[in-house]
Amino acid sequence: MSSAVLPNAPAAREVPADEAFADLERRGRWLRNPSVVIGGGIVALVVLSAIVSIFWTPYDPLAVNPAHALAAPSWAHWLGTDEYGRDEFSRLMASSQIALFVGALSVLIATAIGIPAGLLAAAREGAISQVVLRVTDILYGFPALLAAVVLAAAFGASKMTVVLAIGIAYIPVFIRVTRSNALVVLNSEYVLAARAYGRRTFSILRRHVVPNIATTIIAQMSLLFSLAILAEAALDFLGLGTVAPTASWGTMLASSQDYLGSDALLTLWPSLAIVACVLGFSLLGDGISELREARRRS
Amino acid sequence: MTALLSVRGLSVSSGPLELVRDVSFDVDAGERVGLIGESGSGKSLTALAVMGLLGEGLSASGSVRLGDEELLAASELRQCELRGDAIAMVFQEPMSALNPTRRIGDQVGETLRIHRHLSRKAAERAAVDLLARVEFTEPERYARMYPHELSGGQRQRAMIASAIACDPGVILADEPTTALDVTVQRRVLELLDRLVDEEGCALLLIAHDLAVVSEVCDRVITMYGGRVVESGSVSQIINEPRHPYTQALLATSKALSVSESSLGSQLPSIPGTVPSAGHFPHGCPFQDRCDRRVEACQVMPEMVETGRRALACWNPVVGATPSSGGEAA
Repeated sequence: MSSAVLPNAPAAREVPADEAFADLERRGRWLRNPSVVIGGGIVALVVLSAIVSIFWTPYDPLAVNPAHALAAPSWAHWLGTDEYGRDEFSRLMASSQIALFVGALSVLIATAIGIPAGLLAAAREGAISQVVLRVTDILYGFPALLAAVVLAAAFGASKMTVVLAIGIAYIPVFIRVTRSNALVVLNSEYVLAARAYGRRTFSILRRHVVPNIATTIIAQMSLLFSLAILAEAALDFLGLGTVAPTASWGTMLASSQDYLGSDALLTLWPSLAIVACVLGFSLLGDGISELREARRRS
Repeated sequence: MTALLSVRGLSVSSGPLELVRDVSFDVDAGERVGLIGESGSGKSLTALAVMGLLGEGLSASGSVRLGDEELLAASELRQCELRGDAIAMVFQEPMSALNPTRRIGDQVGETLRIHRHLSRKAAERAAVDLLARVEFTEPERYARMYPHELSGGQRQRAMIASAIACDPGVILADEPTTALDVTVQRRVLELLDRLVDEEGCALLLIAHDLAVVSEVCDRVITMYGGRVVESGSVSQIINEPRHPYTQALLATSKALSVSESSLGSQLPSIPGTVPSAGHFPHGCPFQDRCDRRVEACQVMPEMVETGRRALACWNPVVGATPSSGGEAA
């Protein structure tokens, strides 16, 4: 977006150079945005620790060692050990796998259903749109926590019940965001022009609507990813999701509460991990929205 | 000779409101017809209804025939096949009618990709040729640009290029020069004129300026309040307008062209404003602003055709020039 080029200027510049410049400028804008840099950095760290933990952790996160129970942080156990002598740092690393898995899969479920439904509601005003919107209202009104309880009761608590509960709860958010943004594009004159060219609705959605709303959707995905991680921790804490002994930030918090008076650090570590992760994803989402706004204004 | 585009009794309504009422006109192959009237007279809605592009909540009734096909009754699929291929449209605001995120060449070649099933490469090559036809000096370079890098006149020429891409039988141009600088209006108009000539296609030119229409068109249709009030050849309408509204429009237009000699004097205008849709008086829609109003205007005047002229007025202007004496209605 080389906004510096005046529309009426006889633009004698060579196009390739111009494009290269625009490309640099685009990249620079991303790297100059603090939300994107900090948020992206935290997210990268969490993703990295999740990947590394698949192959290697300092200790086996499940290995019990009563001799070293409730040890203070040391060179051997960087963040200390819990009541069974399990290494806190290893457990935190292993937990990031679950957080990312639940976050990614629930956002994926929500987008896979929410985005097409939102596009449908935008493109087909009338009965279809009304049906989609009423279903959206019903889903909105149905509390995610209740869904989690029902699912846990029916299928047993596991991370999949959490994924389903959060995923379903976020469907209406994506329907609304997609629909309202798609409507703006669909009412633009260039979509009218595209229809005058003989484009059909489906290909207008693909060629004009989706590319124009993609950044908004990605920003929303990032924000909801952070909320999904928070919700996952809460559900685990309540025993509706991942259950002990598997390590997750929520179960770590739950088991640490008995030692809050004596070993408060056990509560601090998973809390810090949750806060950092949520902050990282929501900062990234905010940053993407900011850049989008800036681009729209230019 | 049967008309290429034949509109009969076309009405456009938004719920109970009739925005366009009982509009009928023909456009023959290769003919250029101008559609004039103030903003809010239903010109653009008529064009959109012909294209089948009315927005949500608007419905059209009546008949729009293109060749042998009834367009209003055609399926959406069939309409998509015809749009951009047999019947094309040029919009008023070329900046908003071009997608800001796609290159000019991509958008100019779009109709060819849809209707001629050209590959992306082939469509882009064709787009360069089309840009050359609409007088771009370096078509290859402009094809790679984005809409914001072009001037208003260039964008409108690009829009015209995409409209002629599939050799349509009819082009609807909705105020194609209104959004442009006065200096480039003439150039775009001349270009449109030349291309319509070369392609041999029919043109329905919508404008609020009689001067624009008289320069390009063979025939003029005047609309007011969603109705056709008068139609005839350009020379008939300009030399002896019979509907008071056409006469008033003409007076404002003529005043602009001689304004240098009449500097200082007030520009003539049509008294009053166009009522908003649904608030037109019963009977003739123009009666409240008309200085030739009579008792009969309470009832909607019928369209009376005499030869190539048609008029809907109870008390038409007669004999502005003595030669029109033989036409007693």
